[in-house]
Amino acid sequence: MSGFCVEFRGVSKSYGDTVVLRDLDLALPVDATTAVVGESGSGKSTLMQVINGLVRPEAGVVSVLGAALDYDDLPRTRRRMGYAVQGAGLFPHLTAVDNIALVASMEGWSRSRIDDRLIELMALLELPEDLAARYPHALSGGQQQRVSLCRAMMLDPPLMLLDEPFSALDPITRAAIHDEFIKLQQVAARSVVMVTHDMSEAVKLAQHLVILKDGEVVREGALDAVMSDPGNEYVTRLFEVSR
Amino acid sequence: MMAARNRYGFVHAWALLRRAMIVSIVALLTTTPAAVAASEDDRTIVVASKTFTESRLLAEIMSQMLEDAGFTVERRFGLGGTLVCFEALKGAEIDVYPEYTGTLGQAILGFTEDVTNPRKLAAGAHANGLNLLPSFGFNNTYAMAIKESLAEERGLRTVTDLAAQSDLTLAFSHEFLNREDGWPGLSATYGLKGSPSGIEHGLAYLAIDQDRIDITDAYSTDGDLGRYQLTVLDDDKGYFPQYLAVPFVRQDLPYRAIVQLERLAARIDDGTMRRLNGEIVIDEKTFADVARNFLQSQSLLGGGLAPGSLREAAVRKVNWQAMGVNTLVHLKLTAFALALGCVVGLPLGVLVFRSQSASRVVVYLAGLLQTVPSLALLALMIPLSGLGERSAIIALFLYSLLPILRSTITALVTIDPLLKRVAEAIGLTRSQQLWRVLVPLAMPNVLAGVKTAAIISIGTATLAAFVGAGGLGEPIITGLNLNDISLILQGAIPAAGLAVTVELMFEGVERLVVKEHMLRGQMPA
Repeated sequence: MSGFCVEFRGVSKSYGDTVVLRDLDLALPVDATTAVVGESGSGKSTLMQVINGLVRPEAGVVSVLGAALDYDDLPRTRRRMGYAVQGAGLFPHLTAVDNIALVASMEGWSRSRIDDRLIELMALLELPEDLAARYPHALSGGQQQRVSLCRAMMLDPPLMLLDEPFSALDPITRAAIHDEFIKLQQVAARSVVMVTHDMSEAVKLAQHLVILKDGEVVREGALDAVMSDPGNEYVTRLFEVSR
Repeated sequence: MMAARNRYGFVHAWALLRRAMIVSIVALLTTTPAAVAASEDDRTIVVASKTFTESRLLAEIMSQMLEDAGFTVERRFGLGGTLVCFEALKGAEIDVYPEYTGTLGQAILGFTEDVTNPRKLAAGAHANGLNLLPSFGFNNTYAMAIKESLAEERGLRTVTDLAAQSDLTLAFSHEFLNREDGWPGLSATYGLKGSPSGIEHGLAYLAIDQDRIDITDAYSTDGDLGRYQLTVLDDDKGYFPQYLAVPFVRQDLPYRAIVQLERLAARIDDGTMRRLNGEIVIDEKTFADVARNFLQSQSLLGGGLAPGSLREAAVRKVNWQAMGVNTLVHLKLTAFALALGCVVGLPLGVLVFRSQSASRVVVYLAGLLQTVPSLALLALMIPLSGLGERSAIIALFLYSLLPILRSTITALVTIDPLLKRVAEAIGLTRSQQLWRVLVPLAMPNVLAGVKTAAIISIGTATLAAFVGAGGLGEPIITGLNLNDISLILQGAIPAAGLAVTVELMFEGVERLVVKEHMLRGQMPA
């Protein structure tokens, strides 16, 4: 395995005449959090969906966890990439624990193995046990997002993809989940790719930055390096407005 | 389009099938056939009729004549309209039914002029492998009916007299109102003004009796004319074509049967027919009794009790048992059709929903089926699947497809795209996405579609009686024809009860299968 969790080589994607990703080269580090930062329309969400195969690029090679993405066997690859989105995306017909355990039960996990993992995860994200049997509509926004993170982590995947998972939360809840996330990464760091439009969130949570503008990478590098040398005016401005 | 002459055609009429079957079973048990001459005489002759009283009575008269000659007769009375009868006759589902020359010329053979020319009619019948036997002797044509008292008061005798009247309320059966040879032609010929409204024929007499309307279309031999003290205005310009009633038969009918039916030629004039019709609708005698008395009075029968008459008399009074049987048959038709609709519609919806164009094609085709008028669809079924339950179930099934397909496809397509994306992104396979996420999320709307289909089926299944499939349409249609409110209610009340029961049943199923918060449509914030 290479030292990268995700690699793009010459990846391009367009919808009709609109180029969304333009000849992208990327190499994102393992066991660290990478924040992909950009305005809406920068292509950051498409980039995320290229990683888990929801969107297939017209050109270029996508490697995930050391192997080129196999489009004929996406479900198996995706189970090694936890996924959480803005608005949580919980299935309304399933209880909190059934949402979390859905893929594990598809994997054929035993009941007791599932239960053990559920208890572990809910403790980790400080979800009270009495929420377990509730349906999503009976959970607060913050609780839903924690459940969504639990679902992403259920199979203990080596890579997690977070698509603006915290942006719909109120500031206090968001700060609390940020802290939990940081704690999680401190206890057992894993590769995380997180999309956000919020540079302050990126600075708080990530060790690696990818700044995207109009489908192109304008700056990529370790957080410290980018902060001390933004490299261009656009990145400088992003830092400024986030203060 | 359905039928010249068939004023009752669009009424949910028809009923006597089961009664007829009982009658023929009893007939089988009790008849002591005259010596059976040829082996072809062994075959059962199927006698049919349209829904209205006169057609049934003529059919019963023919049936008794045939039985008297030793034939076994199967009665299929009350078929839904000219097209249904004609198709059934052509397809050898039935052997004989009473038809009218005007109807034959216009509605069946499509003549535009000279519609009752006997030679043209005979040639047209032959071309279809059919024969016309000599007329019974009466002309049951259209007539303008008006209260005797009102006609006297205004001095109205002819249709021409009508032209000077501008304040009379006109209401005609829908068919008469729209047929080229009905109101449009009549008003042009006589220069009649006024804007008549449409009314169900079975209700027109009640309306005229209560002075809600003044004039309606009627048939010159209608037994109800006497009952409501109505008179008919003379067609002094000879606008209406002749509607001579004739036995319409298959050419392969046994020769002896033809001879027997020809003995009925010129036996019934206009007055006699009006009186016989009156004995049914006013005196509430049974078809079997009226037919037998008439035949005996004409010395046409060999004598002895006509089979089935006692039993039929009993049937006309029966209600609870008949209601139960009708309800069960109705339920059976609906259930089979709905089950078929689900078996075909649900998988088809799941199969095509991912492709917008395929979904559109499928929903469009199902919608096209639904636009075919129910009665026409039933008529179209006859050449394919004959008379009876099978045709009814297939037609009902076709009707249930649209609501089931549309709701299935819409339910699946309109699921929150975020949830669809998540289902894919967390690593569910295609079939896991379908069964674990999409189907459960679509379930409330799919169930609503199936429920709609069920309710529609219960309503439409009353038409099943038209093709001899029985059900709650039987008493409704017979009741409409006989102006028998109690009979109508014996069909209508159980049908309404059935609809409510099914509605409640589906609510129960919903509660079992779908979580309550999903029914309220609540989604996570």
